Amino acid sequence: MNVVWFWALAAMLTAYAALDGYDLGVGSLHLWIAHGDTERRIALNAIGPLWNGNEVWLIASGGMLVVSFPKVYASGFSGFYLALIVALWLLVLRGISIEFRSQIDNPLWKALWDVSFWLGSWLLALLLGVALGNVVRGLPVGADGYFQGSFALLLNRYSLLVGILSVLVLVWHGANYLRLKTEDALLERAIHASARLWVTVVILTGLTTVATYFVRPDAAQKFISHPLALVFPAITLAGLVGGFFCRHANDRGAFRSSTLVIIGLMGSAAASIFPDLLTSTLNPAYSLSVYNAASSPHALRAAFIANAIGMVGVIAYSTYIHRKFHGKVRLGRHGY
Amino acid sequence: MSEAVFAHRVQFAFTVMFHYLFPILTMGLSFFIALLSTVHFVTGDKRYLAAARFWAKIFAINFAIGVVTGIPLEFEFGTNWSRFSSFGGGVFGQTLPMEGVYAFFLESGFLGLFIFGEERVPRVVHWLSSVGVAAGSLLSGYFIVAVDAWMQHPVGYELDPGGDVHLKSFWAVLLNPYAGWQYAHTINGALLAGAFVIGGVGAFYALSHRHRDFAELSLKMAVIAGLILSLTQAFPTGDLNSRNVVRYQPTKLATMEGLFRTEKGAPLAIIGMPDTENERLIDPIYVPRFLSFLAYGHFSATVEGLSIYPRELWPPVELTYYAYHIMVGLGTIFIAIMLAGVFLLWRRQLFENHWYLWILMLALPFPYIANEAGWVVAEVGRQPWLVYGLLKTANGTSTNVAAGETVFTTLGFAGIYAMLAILFLFLVGRVIHQGPEVENLSAVDPGR
Ligand code: HDD
Ligand code: HEM
Ligand code: HEM
Repeated sequence: MNVVWFWALAAMLTAYAALDGYDLGVGSLHLWIAHGDTERRIALNAIGPLWNGNEVWLIASGGMLVVSFPKVYASGFSGFYLALIVALWLLVLRGISIEFRSQIDNPLWKALWDVSFWLGSWLLALLLGVALGNVVRGLPVGADGYFQGSFALLLNRYSLLVGILSVLVLVWHGANYLRLKTEDALLERAIHASARLWVTVVILTGLTTVATYFVRPDAAQKFISHPLALVFPAITLAGLVGGFFCRHANDRGAFRSSTLVIIGLMGSAAASIFPDLLTSTLNPAYSLSVYNAASSPHALRAAFIANAIGMVGVIAYSTYIHRKFHGKVRLGRHGY
Repeated sequence: MSEAVFAHRVQFAFTVMFHYLFPILTMGLSFFIALLSTVHFVTGDKRYLAAARFWAKIFAINFAIGVVTGIPLEFEFGTNWSRFSSFGGGVFGQTLPMEGVYAFFLESGFLGLFIFGEERVPRVVHWLSSVGVAAGSLLSGYFIVAVDAWMQHPVGYELDPGGDVHLKSFWAVLLNPYAGWQYAHTINGALLAGAFVIGGVGAFYALSHRHRDFAELSLKMAVIAGLILSLTQAFPTGDLNSRNVVRYQPTKLATMEGLFRTEKGAPLAIIGMPDTENERLIDPIYVPRFLSFLAYGHFSATVEGLSIYPRELWPPVELTYYAYHIMVGLGTIFIAIMLAGVFLLWRRQLFENHWYLWILMLALPFPYIANEAGWVVAEVGRQPWLVYGLLKTANGTSTNVAAGETVFTTLGFAGIYAMLAILFLFLVGRVIHQGPEVENLSAVDPGR
């Protein structure tokens, strides 16, 4: 059950990255490629009805971490205290920006929220990436299971690299999403951006892979001893290759490619830390793993069943709602 | 109490109380929107659709702030209360992800459909999506109240030698006897606030001679629903919620009522100021024996007073006492206001009586105060326990976060939330100023 929960959490967070990822990406990008009010509204309407539902994946993952691995939740969240609170402020800023922009039809008002939405989006993508980088790299978890993470500690070179990768992948993903939802000039620009971003993603994925080998040599070992885990790097590669062939045409394929890259990268990160959730850099015995940081078997089982049943419903109506808002955006009476 | 513990408490109290201002209206309005939308679906009368759309605009602004202020709370369990999470996450955390999985997805998904989807989906689906939003928000209340109820009255757990708790029964946690009436009372309080908001806005239009039809519809709905809800707020929900407090948290009950000495046939203090130093009430007005009756159902029952407990187990007396009396006092006034409203409606004077319309309009903020005061009773009255009888608040905080950091982030939250509050009032004020879309609401769907 402990192992199942690890992968369930990884899957939840991956779903979050793939879904909220496109709207973080659109948010980071719309200032550059959507010109004028109409295009901005099209870009925002593409994510308008969906972003809140996407963010619930993060909230539900948080709740699931509490029940399944309370010690990890306690240690990680208090350790990252300031960084997390800043992330929360950005989430507040972003949510408010997209919801309030449409309230008043005034160019200055809209410009204000466009900029704050942009700022919130890419900074959040960066912070989430930095957090992931730190988790992969390991943290100074002490004997009591806690650590104190200062900004200087968290902003190390490796984590910053992962942060930048995260921004670029999500922006690429957002550009691909816009390719699905827009037409004419905006579509042209989205395609152009997507093709360029693809190059940067390839370079950074390569760099990060090499860097991971240096900060976490045991990760390679894990892939060798569990060859099944190699599916994740393979998925990443497939996504990158797919992205190459869909650079100029086939918008649907491009979006699928970036989705694959996100799944592959998140999966690889999970595989390289498994069975630890928080690896201690001080002493491997202090690491919080799926075995020593979990709730009781009974709690794990109960929570798994309760949430698995609900997830069936979630997937069903998320699919329904994504279907309903499928296709190119047309500005109607009710929108941004 | 150490500086750090105090800082964590202030931060949590501030952020949760600010958050709760918004769910009140989310839950309250979603119900009335679903009601209006159902009436429209059944009768085809466009007035109801226009009214539903108008409230949906206010709902959307309110919802956005509710969502963004809720997310920090969930993470504060880990950032500020890490020893609490690590102590009981496997037990109290059971319902936390369920809130996301069962309620928030439903709510946010259907809200998108309701607001954006009118032209994209069939009418039935549009109507159902309003019901989905209401179901989602009312459901989310349950899961979070169940977390709180576990802190008030922990059940379904066993203690391990390390001092942490483990889950023994999932169903016991989900169906905590404390949660039922607490939930009913909380939801009822939110619906009541919704009725007051609808009535207040209706009164505003009636007084300013605008949107006549809409104002009458709102006023009628508000006073009828308001009378029912203000009665059920006191009885049975408030009364049975108190019975749970009597049974499970005697220190809280004694504090709420300002009862220092154990008494047989205890009197109910209607007013009076607690004097903790000398363990008495100053200038009280008593209803003899009534507290015994309320707590146990007969007039000569014995009610425990605070003095039998050591002082370090007393909750902060004054805060709990005054908050409780504010809640109950306001509850009584609400019944009176709504009774008067229904009486005037019956005499066909509701829409003309300026005195009454002014009172109803100015009453709008008070259900908010009563709701917040109720939570202060519940949470402050639980002190010094974080989990009643199991974990002290002082032992639940994060030790690796310095007081200064918490003070700094609290100030940050205060700044951001002040901005949100201003934006909220400004935007809602604009919507109210603009009024419902259709000036003449009496048009009925053609072809029905
Ligand atoms: C419109 C709001 C409102 C009004 C008029 C009342 N309440 Fe209330 N009350 C609440 C809104 C509320 C609340 C905010 O919803 C609380 C906080 C926690 C809870 O269970 O509900 C609450 C808590 C609360 C508690 C504490 C429960 C606990 O510690 O867990 C008691 C004993 C009562 N209420 C009893 C009453 C009685 C006897 C009332 C008689 C008129 C009353 N309330 C009016
Ligand atoms: C239903 C879910 C809730 C949970 C799980 C919860 C949990 C907590 C926790 C962990 C604390 C900190 C410990 C303490 O100081 O007591 C706390 C304190 C507090 N909460 Fe709640 N709370 C909930 C609902 C609310 C709501 C809705 C309000 C008010 C609107 C509220 C008001 C407060 C206040 C005022 C304190 C500070 C008490 C003090 O410092 O003495 N709570 N609550
Ligand atoms: C410590 C306590 C609390 C926590 C951790 C918490 C957490 C959250 C979170 C994460 C959200 C955002 C959900 C989204 O994205 O849709 C939210 C919204 C909401 N919460 Fe809370 N909440 C708390 C207290 C309460 C209480 C006591 C109630 C009601 C009884 C409540 C009712 C709601 C409702 C109805 C929403 C939906 C949107 C809105 O607020 O307008 N919450 N809450």
